[in-house]
Amino acid sequence: MKRFLGVLFGISILFLVIFFIDKRFNSYYREIFSIIGINIILVTSLNISNGFTGLFSLGHAGFMAVGAYTSALLDLPLDKKAMLLPNLPYWLGHISLPFLLSVIMAGFMAAFFAVLVGYPVLRLKGHYLSVATLGFMVIVRVVINNTPNLTRGAIGINNIPNYTNIWWVYFWVVITVYALWRIINSSYGRAFLAIREDHIAASLSGVNLTKYKILSFAIGAFFAGVAGALWAHQITAITPRAFSFVTTFNIVVMLVIGGMGSISGSIVSAFLLTLLPELMRPLEEGMVLFGYQLPQLYGLTQLIMATLLILVMIFRPKGLMGDRELSLKGILGQKSS
Amino acid sequence: MFSLPYVLQQFINAIILGSIYALVAIGLSMVYGILRLINFAHGDILMIGAYTGLFLLTLYKAPFAIVLIVPMLVGGLIGVIVERVAYRPLRKAPEVALLITSLAVSMFIENLAIMVLSPRPRRFRIPSFLSKSHFYGAINFRNIDILIVILTVVLVVVLTLFVKKTKIGIAMRATAESINTSYLMGINVNNIIMLTFAIGSLLAGVAGMMFASKYGRIEPFMGFLPGLKAFVASVIGGIGSLPGAVMGGYLLGFAEIFFVGFLPPQLSGYRDGFVFLLLIIVLLIRPSGIFGQAEKREV
Repeated sequence: MKRFLGVLFGISILFLVIFFIDKRFNSYYREIFSIIGINIILVTSLNISNGFTGLFSLGHAGFMAVGAYTSALLDLPLDKKAMLLPNLPYWLGHISLPFLLSVIMAGFMAAFFAVLVGYPVLRLKGHYLSVATLGFMVIVRVVINNTPNLTRGAIGINNIPNYTNIWWVYFWVVITVYALWRIINSSYGRAFLAIREDHIAASLSGVNLTKYKILSFAIGAFFAGVAGALWAHQITAITPRAFSFVTTFNIVVMLVIGGMGSISGSIVSAFLLTLLPELMRPLEEGMVLFGYQLPQLYGLTQLIMATLLILVMIFRPKGLMGDRELSLKGILGQKSS
Repeated sequence: MFSLPYVLQQFINAIILGSIYALVAIGLSMVYGILRLINFAHGDILMIGAYTGLFLLTLYKAPFAIVLIVPMLVGGLIGVIVERVAYRPLRKAPEVALLITSLAVSMFIENLAIMVLSPRPRRFRIPSFLSKSHFYGAINFRNIDILIVILTVVLVVVLTLFVKKTKIGIAMRATAESINTSYLMGINVNNIIMLTFAIGSLLAGVAGMMFASKYGRIEPFMGFLPGLKAFVASVIGGIGSLPGAVMGGYLLGFAEIFFVGFLPPQLSGYRDGFVFLLLIIVLLIRPSGIFGQAEKREV
């Protein structure tokens, strides 16, 4: 009961904050807050496989792409669909789902791909798994580039309706974080942790490795798909190039700096590291400082992100939070249980 | 269906591409053999080599011998710096920390290149005596192609002799076998690791020159895919093994060119996807590759 009240309290505070942002801030800030939310979903979901289960996947952008394209194909208005993608199969060309449904479908599609890919790939260990999942991401891009009837190839799909707003995003953030939280504190979560710590011991204790690895991978992919769908309807134009190694890298940076194995760490670091590029933007585009015109410095944000990551790996390899969680008790100075 | 000259032409293309992959794969494979690190930054050394070559050619009009040697040295130097600054502090860290760091180093180099050199692709023109084409019926190749293949063979032979015959080479192999034992045997492990990075990056630098001369176009992200593909090549050959890396490079070159050349043209767009599909298949069927030893099972 007490926990239920706590959750209710948290959600109502979030509700008020979003209400305030929605009413007071202009569209630029609202978009930044949406992107923050989307990144929170991406990072926390990557944490399930990379942080809690110890499967260091680099394919998150691939699942994002699957989600983005799936949702766009499902909920484009019929007239736009006929114009942009005249060669779709009949059934796909004549449906236009509501946003909520298309986002859910995007998640399931990404999860489906995760199971499909995970079955062979998750038998690999360590580095091989990372490169194979990166390979999956490249394969997704190549397939999108080469199926113009379905995806318009390299041109990408534009004119996606701008359904995503801050309310939708944080609705999904709450669902994601709550779902992941419940999963981690269930027997499933303990199985994931057991696999991370020692897969042989886990297997001897009766944990079905294949099942739990694929499950963890698929849960992460589901929410990556959701985030991809939200992102597509925020930016309103998607191309295969948007889901690149850089995308994956940014999510990985947020995850590692936040601390692999800490959901609150992921949230904090997604928040901070999404704001960073926005703060750096004037510098990247060449600002005037004390009367001097600075040159344009494109790539500066990524450079700083990369440097941060190297420094964190050397000096604080567990990230900001390690595998601990922020808790109200901890903040108030009591020893958290 | 395919004429003989066409098949021969594909053979030549495959050998050229395979040579480049082989040179890049050697560095990756040697580093992995010692540190268990997939050096994602390796492909970016290739990019640095290519840009160094470009500046020597266009700004200083340097003779081509210098244009070949200087990118090698620059590549080697960058490799050593990367090892010293980013990887050495992590010698005792878990494997995944090294992997993450190498991702970061790769991003760092690419974005530094974007900032300093602009993200715009540039044309890479080689001197006219190298771009001269030879025609034999329907087969044609350029002087640079001959140079690429010969240079690869020479470098591989020299490196093989170095690793097999010299004392330092023996120390390198010992370090790959076991860092701790080599340390106890009085080998300066840090120097050996540094040397391994230097040699690998040297080869990547010259491979970058070759890559640029072959495709005539360079950009800051050009190293990413060749780097990954070279990793695939070294896995095919058996990661950690020098002949394996060379073999894997050529095999991947042939597989890729034949995929594009002998299968229906609609499939040729799937080229990069095919390479990774190949990786996954190899990892599932024979994860130790052709020359590799099976990794010890941890129990």
